[in-house]
Amino acid sequence: MSNSSAANKALFDYLLWLGDNSLVLGHRLSEWCGHGPVLEEDIAMTNIALDLIGQARLYLSLAGDIEGKGRSEDELAYLRDVMFFKNTLLVEQVNGDFASTMMRQFLFTVFNYHLQNAMLTSTNEQLRSIAEKAIKETTYHLRHCSDWVIRLGDGTEESHKRLQDAVDTLWMFTGDLFETLDSDKELIAAKIVPDLKGIRDKWIATVKEVLSEATITIPEESYMMKGGRKGIHTEHLGFLLAELQFMQRAYPGAKW
Amino acid sequence: METREQILAYLEEVYDPEVPVLSVVDLGIVRKVEIDGVGTHITITPTYTGCPAMNDIEDDIRSKLKEKGVDHYDIKTILSPAWTTDWISEAGKKKLQDYGIAPPEKSSPDLSLIGNHKKTIKCPRCHSTDTEMKSFFGSTACKSLYVCNNCKEPFDYFKCI
Repeated sequence: MSNSSAANKALFDYLLWLGDNSLVLGHRLSEWCGHGPVLEEDIAMTNIALDLIGQARLYLSLAGDIEGKGRSEDELAYLRDVMFFKNTLLVEQVNGDFASTMMRQFLFTVFNYHLQNAMLTSTNEQLRSIAEKAIKETTYHLRHCSDWVIRLGDGTEESHKRLQDAVDTLWMFTGDLFETLDSDKELIAAKIVPDLKGIRDKWIATVKEVLSEATITIPEESYMMKGGRKGIHTEHLGFLLAELQFMQRAYPGAKW
Repeated sequence: METREQILAYLEEVYDPEVPVLSVVDLGIVRKVEIDGVGTHITITPTYTGCPAMNDIEDDIRSKLKEKGVDHYDIKTILSPAWTTDWISEAGKKKLQDYGIAPPEKSSPDLSLIGNHKKTIKCPRCHSTDTEMKSFFGSTACKSLYVCNNCKEPFDYFKCI
């Protein structure tokens, strides 16, 4: 790359996006702790939350290194304001009922799965190592939420209705998954990250496969809300961060 | 200066906090022990990215080395190659079984997204193969929850990754 500081900034922004996606969704799932519909599912959701927060730590600590200003993963997670969060809009949406949580999980995890798979061949060694580690966990996540989507969709009249309502509500946030920044172009050219167009094709194929098995109808193309990577979020993220960041805001530098 | 074998023997005494019958060597968390003129270089790798035991494990290794009087060492964490359950030693698998956790089957997970992907897992207590998975996700990130239809006991299965 010609300009290394611009390249670093591009990679830093990209890593924040990856890290924030995992962090925010992990936090959302953790909200189910003690509220799961059955004990096994309570445990499953918190296990997945833990994996996601683990993945967020890897991305954010690498982001801190790339930025080179001495910011740690904790500072990036706990001391950044909402407009500096880059996560995709889908993951910040509220849990709603169990069907809604599973649909959100499914739509994101299919994306995460194909993205991490593509990153296995990244020319950036650190990113490749993270993908190699994370893809094993993400594969389990995907199987888990696919199972639930099929079970609920092809289940009772009530579970089917709830899952269909969930996809109808959440669909407008799926376009944001594939939003890119101008600075991504250099990263794609250097084969550090994949082109999201290819990921989108794989995403829709998997989503169609599972939703058709679940007898769920994919909503027609309509308005897509976008802006996560530019820091333009829905109203939910601020509330989420108020809880996630409370301790470090109230007692900066507090340690366990 | 200690030999590599001595250091490994010390590490054999460091146990996983969540599976306290397995040492970090049995688990395959210790990837490399190298000794040169500067000191001992230990390389470890996490089992799961979110494994909350990783920091404890590193602290436990430090305490053990301190106890044994090893001064010059460093511990490096690597992610690649990614940890797999195939790295759990045969002795480790036997210990898991005796402890009441079904050891992982060989090789990587089944990657198919739809359909029946349940494996036949042997009950660690009565050895019946008539067992049923209750949840992919068990008491810790690395385990699934099973129940034995023969002896009716629930048990953990160390899932393959």
